Amino acid sequence: MKTVTKRRWLPWAAGGAVVAFAAILPFLNIVVPGVLPGATYTPGTLQLLALSLLFAALALSYNLLFGSAGMLSFGHALYFAMGAYGLGILLQSTDLALVPAMGIILALVIVAAYLIGALSLRVTGISFAMVTLAFAQAGNVLIRRNPGLTGGEEGLRLATANVPDVLVGVINTRNLYWVALALVVVVFVVVTWFEHSRAGHVVAATRENELRVRVIGVRPFVVKLITFVIASALAALVGMVYLLLQSGATPRATSADFTLTILVIVVLGGVGSRWGAVVGGIVYTLLDQRLTAFASSDAVAALPDVLRIPLSEPLFILGTLFILVVLFLPGGIAGIVGRVGDRSRSRAAARDRVEEAS
Amino acid sequence: MSTIVLLLITGLGLGALYFLVASGLSLIYGLMGILNFAHGSFLTLGAFAGWELARRMGGDSWVTLFASMAAGAAVGAIVAAATEFLLIRRLYNRHIEQVLVTVGLALASVALFDGIWGTDPIYVTGPAWFAETTEILGARVPNDRFVLIAVAVLVLIAMVLFLRLTRYGLIIRAGVENRAMVTALGIDVRKAFTLVFAIGGAAAGLGGVLASHYFGYVSPQLGGSLLIFAFIVTVIGGLGSLTGAAVASVVVAVLQQFANYYLGGTGDLVVVLLLAVVLLVRPSGLVGRLA
Amino acid sequence: MSETILSVRGLSARIAGQQVVEDVSFDVPDRGVTALLGRNGVGKTSTVKAILGLIERQGTVEFGGERIDKEPTFTIVQRGVGYVPEDREVFSGLTVAENLRLAERGGAVHRERVAALFPDLEARASQLAGTLSGGQQQMVSLARALLNENRLLLVDEPTKGLAPLIVADVAAALAAAAKLAPILLVEQNLQVVRQLASTVVVLEGGRVIHTGSAQALLDDSDLVTSLLGVHGAKSEADS
Ligand SMILES: Nc1ncnc2c1ncn2[C@@H]1O[C@H](COP(=O)(O)OP(=O)(O)OP(=O)(O)O)[C@@H](O)[C@H]1O
Ligand SMILES: [Mg+2]
Repeated sequence: MKTVTKRRWLPWAAGGAVVAFAAILPFLNIVVPGVLPGATYTPGTLQLLALSLLFAALALSYNLLFGSAGMLSFGHALYFAMGAYGLGILLQSTDLALVPAMGIILALVIVAAYLIGALSLRVTGISFAMVTLAFAQAGNVLIRRNPGLTGGEEGLRLATANVPDVLVGVINTRNLYWVALALVVVVFVVVTWFEHSRAGHVVAATRENELRVRVIGVRPFVVKLITFVIASALAALVGMVYLLLQSGATPRATSADFTLTILVIVVLGGVGSRWGAVVGGIVYTLLDQRLTAFASSDAVAALPDVLRIPLSEPLFILGTLFILVVLFLPGGIAGIVGRVGDRSRSRAAARDRVEEAS
Repeated sequence: MSTIVLLLITGLGLGALYFLVASGLSLIYGLMGILNFAHGSFLTLGAFAGWELARRMGGDSWVTLFASMAAGAAVGAIVAAATEFLLIRRLYNRHIEQVLVTVGLALASVALFDGIWGTDPIYVTGPAWFAETTEILGARVPNDRFVLIAVAVLVLIAMVLFLRLTRYGLIIRAGVENRAMVTALGIDVRKAFTLVFAIGGAAAGLGGVLASHYFGYVSPQLGGSLLIFAFIVTVIGGLGSLTGAAVASVVVAVLQQFANYYLGGTGDLVVVLLLAVVLLVRPSGLVGRLA
Repeated sequence: MSETILSVRGLSARIAGQQVVEDVSFDVPDRGVTALLGRNGVGKTSTVKAILGLIERQGTVEFGGERIDKEPTFTIVQRGVGYVPEDREVFSGLTVAENLRLAERGGAVHRERVAALFPDLEARASQLAGTLSGGQQQMVSLARALLNENRLLLVDEPTKGLAPLIVADVAAALAAAAKLAPILLVEQNLQVVRQLASTVVVLEGGRVIHTGSAQALLDDSDLVTSLLGVHGAKSEADS
């Protein structure tokens, strides 16, 4: 057990190095043909990288819910959308500065998540999934039906009057990139801290065996609700930065498909693995972007129909890939790496976790 | 008065559609513990199959309509059974993974439909009688509603008879209650799995053809939009309960119609509200099995 | 000397991440009643479920000389295993007749045998099983197993929660059943054990701590106390 403790700084050091490298990317001229659309200092590439970081952060928050606590929610997009749309509406209809506006929205989302979570958690398992889906759908309907406030199907444009100039416009994309990077780090730290807290241990134990948690005298409901609220608040934060990065939001961000996308990312990265969620978010975003480019390429257009039609639909390829991962690669990307790497370490860590929890 | 009658019958027609989707969902969930996200795709595929057949047969006759309904049901059943056999079965008793596979299938299949049939709605026409209306208590009710209601009632009766009178029906009813005990009586419950998928797929495929007449078009999004309400219906009706699904389908759809008309298009929200109320009042009724 | 119908070697099982059966080994002879004993929560039910494949298990289980530890539950049962679960587990939404019809496995079905043993059930054929009394439900559960031709019966606490008179009925039914097939019986009522069992296997904390003759165990009240009552017992070699 000593060795486990000693080795703990190693992943953090490696993570720090990766973050440092990511932070200086805007100053570098790295070209990765086939993966990135251009050199790393160009706004287009930075925009894509920032987006992939946001998906990584969102996946981290969902992984807390699904991977760590075992709560299969189909309504996570709702909180992301609350962040994006809430901030957008507040900025366009009040004179609040960016940071106070973000604070207000965060507080509102926490209240909303608390109420909806308390209601949804009256049921568990698949019922919980359906109920969260229903609430998210209500949010989707509200946003699409109130074009005056939300822009309806057209989507919401970011009102930039009260947004600091350094975060507006193509020339400042790299600032937004750094914000996104900082957000991933923050979310990662919060999620890690929570998972190592007492509540995190208990909620992980409820995933394994709810009965046993009840026996040791903790109400699973409470810790689950705390987890739900934290995950939702983090998703809202990501939504707010997304609004800034994309200069707006569309109703797609509230749809069930969007939640499913996050789910796909988490499963792709490896359910329960934090860095798996990060890698999954980045891989998915880049893959989605590349597949879209591939789909409209001449090479695909020249193929016969049976091949052209499926290959020209990025979501078809991603969906199929997802099915194959679920069927043949339980544990996703993190699972592959785990199998190749040191097995006993993770197992010891898992045992560690269970023991501490009980 | 005439408005109320119109809303009621239109609501019943929509409820019939919900039932055709929710009945299969509920049976599949009840027996196998799987929330089938691909169910909407079975519906969409059924609708496209019906349309493709109707297009080739030409004409808007009743024969064409019934043939397309049969085609929709058959395609739905085959694809659903294949889904169970090729994908779901490999993940026996791993419910989360099974749900994930249906999620992937839903995403991939809708994208594939986009590729094959395009994203724009394709307008469909039925027999001339469909476009006419019948006057009931002063309300001019579009005729396709009656066909929808009649078909859903027939499907309900057929399902109930199947569950009551056949050995597989017995296995399914028992399995919904306690699947482990069914296997402990020496019964290979996996055959029943394929069967409920086929039955659910047939109902959804049939529902797809009827939905295309109710809404007047087919599009790759058709199934997905109905699926969410079918989920809600399934939860409100009690997972695994066929009669629950039937009752909840009607309640949800009628409520939706009335709210849309009288409360300024808030039908969808009212339905979610109803779900919240049911959760608050009877959370146990939601997870509660048939007995 | 009798042959062994069921041989369990190094059986282990986990439920929800918890080891509930640990390296359990014992034999069930091909005639008479073998009692599986132990205090509450020691893993008796889990052992029976692991044999049937109702929970994930490791180890070797041979039935009639053939490995069954990799087989799914339904084929194990089809080989000729009747199962009477703890707490009856009748299908409460099905009628008595439907419960019995569902249990018919094909091959020889002994409806008359069951009708003779449980005359009450015939009269209640169309009653929903969920509305039966506990004792009647136990009759349905036993009848489901006895309908078929079996080479082994696994019976888990058939007298649990029943009135003394009904316990006697159940014991009589089991005695009749034991003439047809060997039984592995989980039972807390030592009087019933004394009446029916010839061999005993005692579990503690998911492990076997004693095997031997039923008579010898039950006549030694100190041993009974130490094995089934207070904690602490010396272990004995397999028979
Ligand atoms: N579904 C479950 N979830 C969690 N723990 C379980 C579950 N089923 C059984 N257990 C645990 O496994 C252990 C063994 O249970 P088992 O039912 O096999 O005991 P038993 O010997 O049959 O007890 P009894 O005499 O009370 O019937 C117990 O500690 C029990 O708490
Ligand atoms: Mg027991």
